[in-house]
Amino acid sequence: MADLTELYQNVILDHNRRPRNFHPLEGEGVRKAEGYNPLCGDQLTVWLKLDGERIDQASFQGSGCAISKASASLMTTAVRGRTRAETVEMFERFHRLVTGRLGPEERETLGKLAVFAGVAEFPIRVKCASLPWHALKAALEGAAAEAVSTE
Amino acid sequence: MAAQGGLAAPRAPAPTCDVARIRRDFPVLARTVHGRPLVYLDNAATSQKPRRVIDAVSRFYAEENANIHRGVHALSERATAAYDAVRARVRAFFNAASEREIVFTGGTTDGINLVARSYARSLLRPGDEVLVTEMEHHSNIVPWQMVCEETGATLRAVPVDDRGDLLLEELERLLGPRTRVVAVTHLSNALGTVNPVRRIVEAAHAVGAAVLVDGAQSAAHLRVDVRALGCDFFVCSGHKLFGPTGVGVLYGREELLERMPPWRGGGGMIASVSLERTTYAPIPMRFEAGTPPIAPVIGLGAALEYLETVGLEAVAAHEQALLAYATERVRAIPGLRLIGTARERASVLSFVMEQAHPHDIGTILDREGIAIRAGHHCAQPIMRRFGVPATARASFALYNTREEVDALVRGLERVVEVMG
Repeated sequence: MADLTELYQNVILDHNRRPRNFHPLEGEGVRKAEGYNPLCGDQLTVWLKLDGERIDQASFQGSGCAISKASASLMTTAVRGRTRAETVEMFERFHRLVTGRLGPEERETLGKLAVFAGVAEFPIRVKCASLPWHALKAALEGAAAEAVSTE
Repeated sequence: MAAQGGLAAPRAPAPTCDVARIRRDFPVLARTVHGRPLVYLDNAATSQKPRRVIDAVSRFYAEENANIHRGVHALSERATAAYDAVRARVRAFFNAASEREIVFTGGTTDGINLVARSYARSLLRPGDEVLVTEMEHHSNIVPWQMVCEETGATLRAVPVDDRGDLLLEELERLLGPRTRVVAVTHLSNALGTVNPVRRIVEAAHAVGAAVLVDGAQSAAHLRVDVRALGCDFFVCSGHKLFGPTGVGVLYGREELLERMPPWRGGGGMIASVSLERTTYAPIPMRFEAGTPPIAPVIGLGAALEYLETVGLEAVAAHEQALLAYATERVRAIPGLRLIGTARERASVLSFVMEQAHPHDIGTILDREGIAIRAGHHCAQPIMRRFGVPATARASFALYNTREEVDALVRGLERVVEVMG
């Protein structure tokens, strides 16, 4: 049986209490997308600023559980400086991690994100961990600043 | 509680529940979850089933299964008799005037849709109004929104105060000559508020509006007497009443049901059919097109029989004591805030914690073997009213104990320890 401390790792609890990049982004070329889980009502917004093909900055705001909040916080840190292709590939690996389909050697390539390995033992929480990534992907694929309001 | 619960007579000496004995009637309560004894506090989502219900359903399939109102053969006759006997039991359970007023549905949602599609749709004209409350379950909002959109009627909602009590003066202000239907929950699944249905019915009837009472939560916790409540429609679900899923009950006053067109067409709801014209069966069969959920109906009958044996008054007294004890104990937990502190509550304890989101509370309690609900409870308008995206909700039934409340409190202390 998985222990709770495997899910609620210190890094996750820390990012839940003090989320990084927890603010909107403004300015030219900023994209945003909403992540919403109708089952639980969790809602978050992800902002992205691209520099060519690379993510210059990522941020988020919203309300959610410790897992989704920490996942968003660590995600916005991890994708900084990555290309679109690298980011999409990172999400794919992350998804395999939280669904228990990522080998130990591949886990290391995810850096700090590997703390979410424990989620695999709590299938109902996989959606919480992947919610911000879905929003990030939508922001990457979506239109740029002209099309979405940055207020 | 007497008036609102629809209790007819002054209360006799407090009836009691033999909880240890009741627990033995529910097989699932003996199991463990994550190596801990199951503490089942998610009764507002669905209740557990007593052995008597499980046996009735499997006995029906093993020994009597046949379709009803069709065959002349022995099994069909027995199945028909068993099905009809449950209608009689339901009538008595809710003190309806006649069995013709009892329609079997697929559940509460199905029953509300029936009333919205049949009664309201044929009645509503542009400019008419349907009144719900801010604390309704989505299933008592969305069907009305749909029928209002189709007919040009307007949906209005009665607000609640900071404790979760309905603002009755607002209700009276919103009621008017254009109000056709008032749809209100008897017992809020998100707050635990027990609404003063009798008063609401009086006010609605004074302007000529019909009242539908959503009894999905109340039927298992309060004695419901539809004639004492005076409502025009009362709907509930079998599975929250210790019966099977897939069956529910609609009570409708005979006079109204008689005037209502059928909603679904099919077998079983007709008097005669030609390719040119169909005449419909009398009520309640007019509203039961197709093969009904026969085995679930049989199971529901066993559930009501069980509840009658224990006694709704004993159930209500036991749960009130348990809810009062739980309320007092969780209030001592630092960072915990109750959502819903209405003057009159039943069964439901809804709360949020500073340290943890409801989902994290749910996961941590689950590891202790404790089942609660975390989320918006299909009642997003009332979540918004209280400024929370979700709550954690413990909901009690007749088989829960003080020891289980203690386990819940220990679990919440563990939440503080893990997340705090």
